[in-house]
Amino acid sequence: MSIVVRNVSKRFGSFQALDDVSLDVEGGALTALLGPSGSGKSTLLRIIAGLEWPDSGEIHLAGEDATALSTQQRGVGFVFQHYAAFKHMSVRQNIAFGLKVRKRPKAEIQSRVDELLALVQLQGFGDRFPAQLSGGQRQRMALARALAPEPRVLLLDEPFGALDARVRAELRSWLRRLHDETHTTTVFVTHDQEEAMDVADNVVVMNKGRVEQVAEPRELYDAPANEFVMSFVGQANHIGNAWVRPHDLEVVLEPNGTTREAQVARVVHLGFEVRAELVRDDGEQLAVQLTRDQAAQLELKRGQIVYVRPTRETVF
Amino acid sequence: MRKYVLRFTALGYLLLVLLGPLVMVFVRAFDKGGDALWATLTDPNTLHAFKLTLVITLIAVPLNTVFGVVCALAIVRRRFPGAGLVNAVVDLPLAISPVVVGLSLFLLYGRTGWFGPWFERHGTQILFSLPSMVIATIFVSLPFVAREVVPTLREIGDEQEQAARTLGANGRQTFWRITLPSIRWAIIYGVVLTTARCLGEYGAVAVVSGNIEGRTQTATLRVQDAYENFNQAGAYGIALVLAAMSVLVLVTMTLLKPKEDAA
Repeated sequence: MSIVVRNVSKRFGSFQALDDVSLDVEGGALTALLGPSGSGKSTLLRIIAGLEWPDSGEIHLAGEDATALSTQQRGVGFVFQHYAAFKHMSVRQNIAFGLKVRKRPKAEIQSRVDELLALVQLQGFGDRFPAQLSGGQRQRMALARALAPEPRVLLLDEPFGALDARVRAELRSWLRRLHDETHTTTVFVTHDQEEAMDVADNVVVMNKGRVEQVAEPRELYDAPANEFVMSFVGQANHIGNAWVRPHDLEVVLEPNGTTREAQVARVVHLGFEVRAELVRDDGEQLAVQLTRDQAAQLELKRGQIVYVRPTRETVF
Repeated sequence: MRKYVLRFTALGYLLLVLLGPLVMVFVRAFDKGGDALWATLTDPNTLHAFKLTLVITLIAVPLNTVFGVVCALAIVRRRFPGAGLVNAVVDLPLAISPVVVGLSLFLLYGRTGWFGPWFERHGTQILFSLPSMVIATIFVSLPFVAREVVPTLREIGDEQEQAARTLGANGRQTFWRITLPSIRWAIIYGVVLTTARCLGEYGAVAVVSGNIEGRTQTATLRVQDAYENFNQAGAYGIALVLAAMSVLVLVTMTLLKPKEDAA
């Protein structure tokens, strides 16, 4: 089901959270809202869910104006960063909640909960209480709970933000697989560009209450719309009026006319690649990314003088 | 070493100011023997006093529980102009002496008060009868439920309620299935405190009741009465029963409360 956001603005006191935002979210796709904190991404998600009201503008769900509908009427599933687990209910009761308030027959609830417990790999945990689960398990329970009433849209607000790196990566690929099976229109908020690029079909980059660019991950990286997207999505060096990615800098040991001199300030071996920080003669700092082979050939050391040349640059 | 000093100081203090007096009440109640005590406690006027105290408590506690929960929800969940004022007003009974409360009821419901003449014309006696005693007791025991529920509501936040709404629950379902179970221990604790306060109310009721034996005399008023009439065993006996009732309420709550919630 498609989501259409039309000219939505929202203020909190003197803070402009959203400034005339318009956005089309493709039905059936997995979309990421990416931006730094305070960019308005969570507010936009909460407005789509009906948890916040826009000061102006409209929200359309599946082609119908949903601006005036309450959260309850919108048929969205929502997953909160801190799980919002119902602490006094067991895992089963948590997942069944959306079905119970809809007064579905008992047998149907029973089988749907079993099905969802299997889907989120929590079989055998049904009678536990949220306090007895790990963070990752709690978030999977919250997901099952949101999916139970078969929402038309699944919205996730920094769903993995409170989890440690390993569980995060695991849940990330799991969310992707889940989406590939169900094809529910899904929108998730994140401030982690790697997470957005890894999971999403489309990425919406937001900054200061505005949408900067909507694109597929690859296009976002290769053809950023402006300087903000260039520097926020992936690393970039600002050289003169041009932007250069760290892997688009060639490093050689002899000058050849088009190169500039720089001194190695730091070398970091990450295993699969090598990163170096260089300082140019005019004091400008450059981040360089090298393959293992390149690094082995150059044998970079701190204090060494090298010569650099951009192989690809972007000017806005 | 320091641990023991702390522990004995705390225990000693409790013994001195709390348990000591209670034990003395117990000892004194049996001073003149069990028969004298029994005679006082089964005196029709004493029984009536206990009954009156219970009736007032049974009216005041449910009303203040509902009001306290509604008030706490209004203070924490609804941002409206004057929420701060409501929050402060709820504490008023804790700050005002019960005697002042009693006197203010006189100003409202007395023969020359604001509402007094209206009620008199409609044949309802407020002062020197049950209504004023209930109003006075409600006033002094008003803050306890709200005071217990407000911090709990703040602590649990409203994310669970938001989640319930996204799952399709309406306001009523959200309240009964999510909010109420989350604050139930705060409510129970508030009810216990309210009950204890109602059972023990003296000052405001003393002013408005008229203290008529067998009619508008509550248990606490009767303790004072017995004491003034040199019936010490009687005074201590009634006091003992009152204390026992409060202790019973507290113990019941402790037993009801499951271990996992103890922390």
